[in-house]
Amino acid sequence: MRPFDYHRADTIADAAGRGSAGATIIAGGTNLLDLMKLQVITPERLVDINGLPLDEIGETAEGGLRIGALVTNSDLAADPRVRRRYPVLARALLSGASPQLRNMATTGGNLCQRTRCYYFQDTDRPCNKREPGSGCSAIDGFNRIHAILGASDECIATHPSDMAVAMRVLKADVEVEGGEDGNRTIPIDQFFRLPGDTPHIENELRSGEVITAVTLPPPPAGEQRYRKVRDRASYAFALVSIAAVVDVRNDEIREATLCFGGLAHLPWRDERAEAVLVGESPSEELFGKAADTLLADARGFGHNEFKIPLTRRTLKAVLMDICGMGDD
Amino acid sequence: METRISVNGEEKTLDADTRTSLLDALRHHFKLSGTKKGCDHGQCGACTVLVNGRRINSCLTLVCMHDGDEIRTVEGLGRPGDLSLLQEAFVEHDGYQCGYCTPGQICSATAMLEELKAGWPSVVTEDLTSCPELTNREISERMSGNLCRCAAYPNIVDAIRQVAE
Repeated sequence: MRPFDYHRADTIADAAGRGSAGATIIAGGTNLLDLMKLQVITPERLVDINGLPLDEIGETAEGGLRIGALVTNSDLAADPRVRRRYPVLARALLSGASPQLRNMATTGGNLCQRTRCYYFQDTDRPCNKREPGSGCSAIDGFNRIHAILGASDECIATHPSDMAVAMRVLKADVEVEGGEDGNRTIPIDQFFRLPGDTPHIENELRSGEVITAVTLPPPPAGEQRYRKVRDRASYAFALVSIAAVVDVRNDEIREATLCFGGLAHLPWRDERAEAVLVGESPSEELFGKAADTLLADARGFGHNEFKIPLTRRTLKAVLMDICGMGDD
Repeated sequence: METRISVNGEEKTLDADTRTSLLDALRHHFKLSGTKKGCDHGQCGACTVLVNGRRINSCLTLVCMHDGDEIRTVEGLGRPGDLSLLQEAFVEHDGYQCGYCTPGQICSATAMLEELKAGWPSVVTEDLTSCPELTNREISERMSGNLCRCAAYPNIVDAIRQVAE
């Protein structure tokens, strides 16, 4: 690890001021310190925000929950309100990482975690995300875990989070403070960026901005599911994961929201695929049509082509289950 | 960077390079070599210790981030002649072969049983709103952050089950 100065922030403004002056914020540290050991990230200054009062979960006036940015993944998953009202979020959290890591990882940090692309983590290999303009080693390399949707010629990395997939299906808002624009709220649909030709910019956070909370709207109508497919039963990143909220009444799908992990540079949502389902009677054929729409532009890069049929099958299984048609 | 922490009940002061992980502080500065360095990247769990009662990977945190915290390592759970229940159960059930992962396994299991008492669910808990039961599947899932390259898993599960019951 390269040497760095360390400072414990005592206010959000302190953290934001140092952040805008180039310091890197550390919270749980599980991803940042890992990348610092590999010298993928080499900050000269760290500002530790763990002392800030951002670790509360509170009810909102609208009937949702406001989750402080420093609430750990463990505490969030164990919260009775989350377990009862947002099971898709509890399941997503519990399917991520290990109990030890979930005790450290925070809500804000989880949104900001970096890809596990092997080449991003290997400083001997070109990577446009790590070193803009150097090239992408994954496109013609070993790309089994890489994106099949929304990738660019510059980057085919995926976002690794489970939590963020559930946050997006629940239509959460990300609250930030400390930037030049003052306090603002970023809908999670607009928080993450596709790689395009700037894969090193992964989200809409601006200089000096500190995530202070993530707010969930009231629980959506219908059933919630989170299903994660991975190489081993636990403690592994998703090859594909699906967060689903579907409201079926009188054999008609009233509403459907779907979000996918492991497929793209961000938790992937496609409203066209959701629209295929709405107003229809649940059937295997219908679910196939939704998968066709979702995957119309899907593209593999050699090792990851299996994700296309895997996503199709997983989506069908999730929708069969959530519509009470059994889980094939 | 000066840091004051409590390690196994003893107040300690450390003035270390900011880069020092909690793991390296325990092993090299406090000479508590029970906590093991496996991967040093949060992937194996050998470095698991308890911080304010919660299990974490000590390799992925800086010691300077723990000013005022209470740390417990395997040395703080029991000593020769005065083993903790889990330590005894690991001996009885042969919950290891080479033993390198064992301190991490035992620290992890110690906290895991507390999490279970607190009613924390896991991803294999069928009903998230219920109080989870300690099936073998639950133990395996809850211990999945601790790898054992000797694959002593069945005996580790047996040891933990004995203490839980």
